[in-house]
Amino acid sequence: MNAATQDLIYLVAAVLFIVGLKGLTHPRTAVRGNLFGALGMLLAAVTTLFVAGLSFVYIIVGVVIGAMIGVVLAVKIQMTAMPQLVALFNGFGGGASVLVAGAYLYLRLSRGETLTHADSIATAASGLIGAVTLSGSLVAFGKLQELNFVRDIRFPGQQVANLLLTLICLALGGLLVFYPDHANLIYWIMAFLGLALGILLVISIGGADMPVVIALLNSYSGLAAAATGFVLSNNVLIVSGSLVGASGLILTRIMCVAMNRSLGAVLFGTLAPSGSSASADEVYTNVKSTSADEAAMLLEVSSRVVIIPGYGMAVAQAQHAVRDLTNLLTKRGIEVEFGIHPVAGRMPGHMNVLLAEADIPYERLKEMDQINTTLETADVAIVLGANDVVNPVARTDPNSPIAGMPIIDVDKARTVIVIKRSLSPGFAKIPNPLFAADNALMLFGDGRQAIVDITKALQEG
Amino acid sequence: MINWNTTILFAADEVAKVAASSDGSPRVILLLTVFVLAIFIGFEIITKIPPTLHTPLMSGSNAISGITLVGAIIAAGSGDSHLSKILGCIAVILATMNVVGGFLVTHRMLGMFKRKD
Repeated sequence: MNAATQDLIYLVAAVLFIVGLKGLTHPRTAVRGNLFGALGMLLAAVTTLFVAGLSFVYIIVGVVIGAMIGVVLAVKIQMTAMPQLVALFNGFGGGASVLVAGAYLYLRLSRGETLTHADSIATAASGLIGAVTLSGSLVAFGKLQELNFVRDIRFPGQQVANLLLTLICLALGGLLVFYPDHANLIYWIMAFLGLALGILLVISIGGADMPVVIALLNSYSGLAAAATGFVLSNNVLIVSGSLVGASGLILTRIMCVAMNRSLGAVLFGTLAPSGSSASADEVYTNVKSTSADEAAMLLEVSSRVVIIPGYGMAVAQAQHAVRDLTNLLTKRGIEVEFGIHPVAGRMPGHMNVLLAEADIPYERLKEMDQINTTLETADVAIVLGANDVVNPVARTDPNSPIAGMPIIDVDKARTVIVIKRSLSPGFAKIPNPLFAADNALMLFGDGRQAIVDITKALQEG
Repeated sequence: MINWNTTILFAADEVAKVAASSDGSPRVILLLTVFVLAIFIGFEIITKIPPTLHTPLMSGSNAISGITLVGAIIAAGSGDSHLSKILGCIAVILATMNVVGGFLVTHRMLGMFKRKD
């Protein structure tokens, strides 16, 4: 196969990626879109095998091992653990970029080729972005998986250290361009420091900011692939890499807007200072708790119910119990809808996947803006494992750390049932006056068990 | 969105100038052109994807970023040095996990959305 034919097939692959992503704009076409993407990848990989003079041993070994691990991960993973898996895959992509750029550098220098400045810049970019993506993603994975040895670590001067390390990495990238004689050594030192930088950047970021971090690392993994494309002068890598880079950036932005935080505030771990917010004791003087039986009675006489799931639903694995309750209510002619906050869960769209897993039709899932216009007509709103995203303080108290964050206005429903283990605060570490509102009832307990109990009470009543 | 686009375009333009002045290579400019245009296409398409599909979007786009596999295959198969081949082989493993696992898990997830049609 000559180079021109190969490039043409790469072009077809790039088009398939674009068409594939376009398929994801609707659930009906999404499966086909994903298959187009996979087909594009197969085409690109098989075409590459026809590059003249390749020996296949290492390729076959790599593909077989990688494919086996990939299949096992994809088939075994629980839907609740999807954020971890995506974090891990982001890291793999970044790692591949570091290694490919490093191997190419070594190959070309050992063949006595001279590198242009552009080649060196691309190699440095591929190595640095890839290394940061690799280690940052592994730390994010550890946090999401709640591995014990990965903790939030903050130390004085952390931001200065990060900045210094970044500058050193960039300086080494510069050295790589101007001192090609020692390029191999410089490259690997830079890559190792890049790994350290990735760890430092992510280690201080808290759990609720994970949606932003994963989206950003997603973007980085794309940019790393694009940079590798410059190293290889290969358009299909550049096109795919920039598609993924753009995708990750858009998701990062959506997540930041949904939390009313700037990207800088997330990355440097600064929450707005909490001014004069009320203490928990003051806020929770008038909390009313309820039972599953009482909740069932309330549901029985309602005509419209809205459920607002949060990360607690994922932790309690309550999605299947929620489906049973939804089906029972629907059978009795009660309209059930779901209000999904963009940052509910640990990654964009996390709640939607869990509810889809439990066979809840996606038409019932409403975005925040949509559900907010109709919450006044809801007889009962059930808050299941969500906290900060329904805290009315965001609207009322300009001094609060979450001031201005768009929330789901559950307090506008006639009655709010909050299912929660305790009155403990969410990530923002502030009390939630919703729990003590006149129209709110607390149902304390495990999310799944509470929903199961309500369903049972409904069936028996 | 428009601000972002102009910013990216501006930045790419600056990079292109630097790249051109350093070695005057038109190949780099061509690659940069592709890069910038693809980012625009990405922005146009991705903004139309509904929030309900954002998780499959992440895992699916992630699988696409495993395109580094192309480079990994070449690195694992070329040259006489075992070092670069071994680096390439590890890269092939990582990229294949990314590609196979990514597309498969996305397929699994999307199947859950499709069933209710």
